[in-house]
Formats: sequence, structure tokens, C-alpha cells
Amino acid sequence: MRKLKELIVEKAILICGLASIFFVGLIFLFLLREGLAVFSFITPFKFLAGKSWYPISEPPQLGILPLILGSLLVTFGAAVISIPIGVGCAIYIAEIAPLRIKETLKAGIELLAAIPSVVLGFIGMVTLVPLVKSVFHLPTGLTALSGSIMLAFMAMPTIVSVAEDALYSVPKNYKEGAFALGATHWQTIWRVLLPAASSGIVAAVMLGIGRVIGETMAVMMITGNAAVIPRSILAPVRTLTATIAAEMGEAVVGSEHYFALFAIGIVLFIISFAINVTADLFLHKRQL
Amino acid sequence: MRNPYRSQNIAFFFLLLATLLIVVPVGLIVVVIIQKGLPAISWQFLTDIPRQGMRAGGIFPAIVGTAYLVTGAIVFALPIGLLAAIYLSEYSKDNILNRLIKLSIVNLAGVPSVVYGLFGLALFVIFFKFGASILSGSLTLGIMILPIIITTSREALESVPYSFREVSLSLGASKWQTIRHIVLPNAIPGILTGTILGLGRAAGETAPILFTVAAFYLPQLPGSVFDQAMALPYHLYVISTQVPNVDEKIRYGTALVLLTLVLFMNLVAIIIRYKFRKRKKW
Repeated sequence: MRKLKELIVEKAILICGLASIFFVGLIFLFLLREGLAVFSFITPFKFLAGKSWYPISEPPQLGILPLILGSLLVTFGAAVISIPIGVGCAIYIAEIAPLRIKETLKAGIELLAAIPSVVLGFIGMVTLVPLVKSVFHLPTGLTALSGSIMLAFMAMPTIVSVAEDALYSVPKNYKEGAFALGATHWQTIWRVLLPAASSGIVAAVMLGIGRVIGETMAVMMITGNAAVIPRSILAPVRTLTATIAAEMGEAVVGSEHYFALFAIGIVLFIISFAINVTADLFLHKRQL
Repeated sequence: MRNPYRSQNIAFFFLLLATLLIVVPVGLIVVVIIQKGLPAISWQFLTDIPRQGMRAGGIFPAIVGTAYLVTGAIVFALPIGLLAAIYLSEYSKDNILNRLIKLSIVNLAGVPSVVYGLFGLALFVIFFKFGASILSGSLTLGIMILPIIITTSREALESVPYSFREVSLSLGASKWQTIRHIVLPNAIPGILTGTILGLGRAAGETAPILFTVAAFYLPQLPGSVFDQAMALPYHLYVISTQVPNVDEKIRYGTALVLLTLVLFMNLVAIIIRYKFRKRKKW
């Protein structure tokens, strides 16, 4: 009797162990199921490289190039801001900060990661957007730049914590060796620790960028949502994620528009899959 | 010759600057929300329904909706996540399957939240015909927080020393008895941490509930799991972008309630983990 019970429990454990594979498969399957239908209306090339996104005109124009460029522009801006600051902060926490401050900083970074994106979006709307508008004398502050700045704050916690882990896991005798040779602390960080932790830092940056590309609410609230090819970082843009979030509510189930939004979902899924797998490879390279 | 200590001082200054560039704005964000949101908070604000097209009244239905959604998500995700963590820490061998599971977890954690929304719409709302309902929203959020629960629980289980298991097995206990009576009780604080972090994440996310449950405005509370519900993060989105002329105070007040809820849960999780690390006997 007890053996039977244990057999059942162990089978349940095995099934749940496989659940994450099952769910990843299920997500991809259902995105494909709903999204691939759009390619009976439009070729994949025209979908990805089409320059106009007018989903409710007659006939609908479903080119997502402006959206892809919007996502890229916002992500690029956020990366430029968040990578140096994030890696710098990681070095400070891992190497320089006294123990007490270090623990507080780490907890603070964790709390930053926890702030809901809709709250960051709201704060961006009421503080950053008017600021950008007046600093650059623009007709509107809802621009790619505002989005980039706000998104940088979402990428930073990821970058800081993963990079800090990578720096921390460099063997202590590397550092001692450098000190023994007369190197200063900074020379040790720059010439020894950073190269030794480089693959972990690359992974940190990739995961941070992955978070930015997938971010939805804050972007939708502060980038202005203009689905046109962006001419500058001070122009309103619309990202892939914001398009789905803003338009799915109105799209008729089974229409071309509906299928196209799911196809955008496929694109996003593939991007995040590629980023995460590559980052994971970099993280495991470290454990040689 | 360049003085190496001078360049060190310059470098350290910039590293400190980078840290301040993160810490100061975050501190400001929290302070501003508290300062401007606090005047809005009153018993009436927390327990009344929204009135006059959400320009007055309270946010009670949104708080209740979020509570339902978060409960539903955890009821779904905790058992699966915990058993999956037990599988990874106690049963799996270092083979391709194990690698594949870990990769899937990493990917689940990385899927953009709005894609979870699409998935929930396609599977729960349309395919299973649950409609836009608390059930659909909870299941979607549940799958989204699964990786958090699996990862933290697995860490907690793996941090229980191997010798504990060996002693138990050598006394004639079976593998499951060992897990049930030795490993799990010692890992509970870690599992709790993961659960609370998952709760916090589920409470704050908007994109996954956009098409699966969230109602723009509902004056009455949901009666069953097949009803739509309002939710705090979506409500904040609605009153800050969709409804014109909402009093700043109400927006900040809603943001404050949501932020307090999420940060409080995270703080509790951090404290539990900290205490647990300190008290650990091994």
C-alpha cells in the first residue's frame, strides 16, 4: 500500500518536473496555431519588411518593420544607458562597497526589480515625459528617449545582479595573485576580475536586454505609440509589445489583424528564446 | 609617469556615481509616490467602488480582483512548482533531459509578459472557452510565476545538506519519506521566499491580464471564477491613460497602494531569506 502511494507520488513529481518543457511547448504551439494563419494573407517577407502598419484600413496593411525598428531603437537607447551604469554598479557592489552597504544595496536593487512596470510607466508619464518635452523643446515628451530611460531602470536590476554574481564567483586567488604582484585594486578589477568574469557579464547584459525587449506596459504608456518608422530618438515610436497590448482588445477574433498580432507574438517569442538560450550558454561557459 | 592610485580614485568615483545613478532615482520615485499618494489614502478610498467614471470614489473592486487573481495563480503554481523543484533537486540525473528542463525554465522566465497574455487568450479564453475570467487570468499568471517558484524552491531544497538525507535513508526510510519528513521541512523558509516573490510578481503584472480577465470598470464584485474582475495594475493603467481628467491624487493613491503591496511582499521575502541564512546551523 505504501509502495503504491510512493509510486504515485513519484510519478506526479516526474510529471511536474516535465511541466516547464510542456508549458514552453504549449505557448509556442498556441502562438503558431493562431499566428501562422496570417501568412495566408501576406508573405513572411512582406510581413517582416513591410513599411506600413495600418491593420484596420481596407485592405489591412500588415508590415511590422516600423514596430521592429521602434523596439530596436528603444532597446538600443536603454542598453546604452543601462550597460555602463549597471556594470559599474555591479563592480561597486561586488568589490568596493563595505559589507553593510553592500547588503542594503543588494536589497535595494531587488526592490527596484520588483516595482511593477505599470507603476514605472505612470511615474515616467508624470515626471520624465514633461521633462523631456521641455528640455528638448518638443511638441510631445512621449518619445523613444523617454521610453529608453525608463526601460533602462528595468534592465539595470537584472544586469547588476547577474554581473555581480559573475564577479563574485571569480576565484579569490586570482585577486590575491594580482595584489601580490603589486597591482592596485582598480588594476586588479580592470585587468583580472573583469576579463575573468566577462562571459557572465555578457550574459548579464543579454538578459537585461531581453527584459527590455519584452517590456510592455511602461513602453506603451510613454513612447507615444506612433506606428511609423522612427526618424530620431526624439520621435514617438511604437514597439512590438505595445502593439499587441494596445490593439488586441479591439481586434476581432479570427480577423487578419488578430492573426497578425499573434504573429508578432511569435516574433517576440523567438527573440526572447534566442536571447535566453545564448545567455544561458555564456553562463555555463563560466563553470569550466 | 601616471600614478596608478590617481586612476584608481577616478575609476572608483565613476563606479560610485553609477551606483548613485540607480539608487537616487529609485529613492525619488518611491518618495514622490508616497508623498503625493498618501493624501489620497483613506478608509473610504480603500473600501469604496470607483464613482463618477473613476474620477472619484475608491478602488475596492480592484483590490479584491487582484487578491483573487493572486490567490488563484499561487494555488495553481505552488504545487506544480514545488513538485518540479523536488524532481530537479532529488530525482533528476545530470543528463540531457535535466538540461532541457532547466533551459525551459530559463525560457519561461524570459517570455515577454504580453506573450503570456496572448497565450492565455488563445488557450484559456478561446480554446477552453473559459472566457475573460478570473480562472483564465489566474492560470495565465500561474504559468508566468512558475519559474520563480521552481528556481527558489530548488535552491532551498539543494541547500539542505546531503548528510541529512543519508542519515534518514540509513535508518530505513524510503526516498519519499526522506523528502517528506527531512528535506522539505528544512527547506520551508526558502520555499516560502519563492512563493511570496511569485505572489508579488503576479500582483504587479498588467500585460498578462489585459485580454484574459481585466475589466475596465465593474461596480460589483466578481461572484465566481468565471466572472471578469478589475485589477489594481490594470486600473492604474486605465486611470492614467484611458480616462481623461482623473484627479492626480487618485492616480498617485492607486500607484501607492499597488507599490506598497508589491514592495511589502518582496521585503517580507528578503527578510525571511536573510533570517534563514543567519540561523542556518549547517
